[in-house]
Amino acid sequence: MTQARTMTDGGYNFAYLDEQTKRMIRRAILKAVAIPGHQVPFGSREMPLPYGWGTGGIQVTASIIGLADVLKVIDQGADDTTNAVSIRRFFARTAGVATTQATEAATIIQTRHRIPETVLKDDQIIVYQVPIPEPLRWLEPREAETRKMHGLADYGVMHVKLYEDIATYGHIETSYDYPVLVNGRYLTAPSPIPKFDNPKMHEMAALQLFGAGREKRIYAIPPYTRVESLDFEDHPFAAQTWDARCAICGAGDSFLDEVITDDHGGSMFVCSDTDHCGRRVADGHRGDGE
Amino acid sequence: MMDGAAILDAPLLSARGITHSYGARIGCRDIDFDLWPGEVLGVVGESGSGKTTLLNCLSAQMMPSSGKLTYRLRTGDQADVYALTEAERRMLMRTDWGFVHQNPRDGLRMGVSAGANVGERLMAVGARHYGAIRDQVTDWLGRVEMDLERIDDLPSQFSGGMQQRVQIARNLVSGPRLVFMDEPTGGLDVSVQARLLDLLRGLTNDLGLSAVIVTHDLAVARLLSHRLMVMRRGEVVEQGLTDQVLDDPQHAYTQLLVSSVLQT
Repeated sequence: MTQARTMTDGGYNFAYLDEQTKRMIRRAILKAVAIPGHQVPFGSREMPLPYGWGTGGIQVTASIIGLADVLKVIDQGADDTTNAVSIRRFFARTAGVATTQATEAATIIQTRHRIPETVLKDDQIIVYQVPIPEPLRWLEPREAETRKMHGLADYGVMHVKLYEDIATYGHIETSYDYPVLVNGRYLTAPSPIPKFDNPKMHEMAALQLFGAGREKRIYAIPPYTRVESLDFEDHPFAAQTWDARCAICGAGDSFLDEVITDDHGGSMFVCSDTDHCGRRVADGHRGDGE
Repeated sequence: MMDGAAILDAPLLSARGITHSYGARIGCRDIDFDLWPGEVLGVVGESGSGKTTLLNCLSAQMMPSSGKLTYRLRTGDQADVYALTEAERRMLMRTDWGFVHQNPRDGLRMGVSAGANVGERLMAVGARHYGAIRDQVTDWLGRVEMDLERIDDLPSQFSGGMQQRVQIARNLVSGPRLVFMDEPTGGLDVSVQARLLDLLRGLTNDLGLSAVIVTHDLAVARLLSHRLMVMRRGEVVEQGLTDQVLDDPQHAYTQLLVSSVLQT
């Protein structure tokens, strides 16, 4: 009843995009899944939100979502930030689908900057919002040349960047959008997730879809695919660690955000994944911050 | 199977009928030569004589309109350079060949440090041990007489002569057998030029490098090259041993070229 009303009164097609556009995007997604890590061009549409706010992710979600789906949207790990709330409401209104904040209850998770702490299952799809899909962009400005480099798997220059990090800082300083090699073939940008989340991409049970709206590219990592973070033998890949624990739930193994609490230099560390943190609190875990 | 004598007898690089035209305009025409291992070939001529066009064709950065270029690989096999796939050509360019541009900005990544510039070839062919890469980079920057304290500085902070040294190290780090140089000392003042030439001569001698050096500077040609090709309007007008060509020029144009240099 609610569904029928919300779907018709805006005058939009199911999930906003028209059916031909969704078909076009689905074709791009199928191709992307068939060639793990390879960027497939698609005819990105204008969406009712600005570039950089998730126009790519929202188009991918719109093309794969069905009436039976349950949608979760996170922004920097949180379910309650502006971007997450408005995208969730967008699909609730245009597709009438159920939404949730619980990771395990969702069938589609659209994300910006994080992968949930909860391990994803093989009946879930995670959709990443991607600003710059080309991992070689800052090293090679020419699109024709980067395509050729992908074609020839000519990726030495990516290590030049990591070398430069070590030479300058003594360790690999790159901490987000940390380049990965997918299925031993394509160099891929994991979108600006922290490198803390890189290991979760490896052999993930869920299908991973990436949409870049402004750059008009879609790519994918199929379930159970090898995803290696680039590194040197004597400077192996390492995720971030913290000396602190979450001040709210006491978790020591999740990605922590530092939150400024006053203007006297006071701050506390809390889980960036609000759902994970909330569930731990419900289970009786407590941090020492409150 | 090829016997040892046959391998030694074969030239490293062999060009036949290299011709390139830009529409109706001729870049270079019917260039034939053989380059032998350890030999340095100079190409001289005035601006617009087709030297750079020829060099770009020889280094496979440009496809000539016609002609055949054969390169003898380390395995002893003869490779038809223009028939190689893009991947094979890139591999050749970053392992067995080097290219030193006149302007170091064309041959260097200006946004990364000198060390990263020199190490790039190693990483491109699969070196993944930072310490080992660093050692080789340090060794090569030392060999081109760079101040090792500046290994992590950006090339844009270097003088022209230093940039050129980094570019040379960047090319030689992979142990190439053939290096192309386009006016390697152009735009440098004479004392820096002299030291760079000294360095280049030492390196080509020590490493047994073969090289094709394009220059308009006869002094550079005399100092570095064993053999000389004189070009004019896209054609070779005279070639032979460097001393012979410069001391006893036969062709009218070569005579003009030689006599235009101030004699002291």
